[in-house]
Amino acid sequence: MAQKARPLSPHLSIYRWPITMATSIVHRMTGIALAAGTLLLAWWLIAASQGLETYAFFLSVVKTPLGQLVLLAFVWSLAYHLLNGIRHLAWDFGYGFALPTANKTGVLVFTLSILIAIAVFVLAYSGRGGYFQ
Amino acid sequence: MSLETPLHKAQGLGSSHSGVNHFWRQRVSALALVPLTVWFAICALGLVGADEPSVLIFLQQPLNALLMGAFVLIALYHMALGLQEVIVDYIPHEGLKIGFVLLVRGFAWTVAAGCLFALLRIAI
Repeated sequence: MAQKARPLSPHLSIYRWPITMATSIVHRMTGIALAAGTLLLAWWLIAASQGLETYAFFLSVVKTPLGQLVLLAFVWSLAYHLLNGIRHLAWDFGYGFALPTANKTGVLVFTLSILIAIAVFVLAYSGRGGYFQ
Repeated sequence: MSLETPLHKAQGLGSSHSGVNHFWRQRVSALALVPLTVWFAICALGLVGADEPSVLIFLQQPLNALLMGAFVLIALYHMALGLQEVIVDYIPHEGLKIGFVLLVRGFAWTVAAGCLFALLRIAI
């Protein structure tokens, strides 16, 4: 007897994305992105230690449109992972577990991280960065 | 009824064989990284567009060199713990799992060595 295709157990794609699920997945993704970003940090420090020309080459690469895009992704990932990390630490202390609260802080983390990333780039491009030179 | 042997129960390390060790280290390094990341962001923005001598002057300040070293080391430590969690979640094969964790450890040590060598070279 031919068997009808039985329904499979629900998989990831069948669920709507609650904000808490999105923040959790993005936390992991930004963590992985920042792991790659440590190479950028290492490159910056090593280039600075190697002299004028090496550092000038580093700057010339970072200043390209692709370099700026990578830097923007790095800044946003860092802001997001920091803010959501604080949210996780609050949970570890037992605060903010109620679903309405977790939903609100999730939206807050997304919004603030995007605003911080934009603010950093606006400050840098409007010449308000570079106060340590 | 617990199937744990009395010794296993007394050791309190559970099925991971390491208890809350990984969890605890991840949280403590996260806590340390909160102020360090804010400091790093303020410094990075302050060095936007700076030429090499300005960066050197900044990193030659003992406090800046120390904080940058701490940021790099604790961030890489936190990274190794975090990536390990991702690896054990998605890779069921025991050998591959250990291999990838070792690869991450090696990456962390290599990047740490590069950053510290650069910082020492600048500071001294």
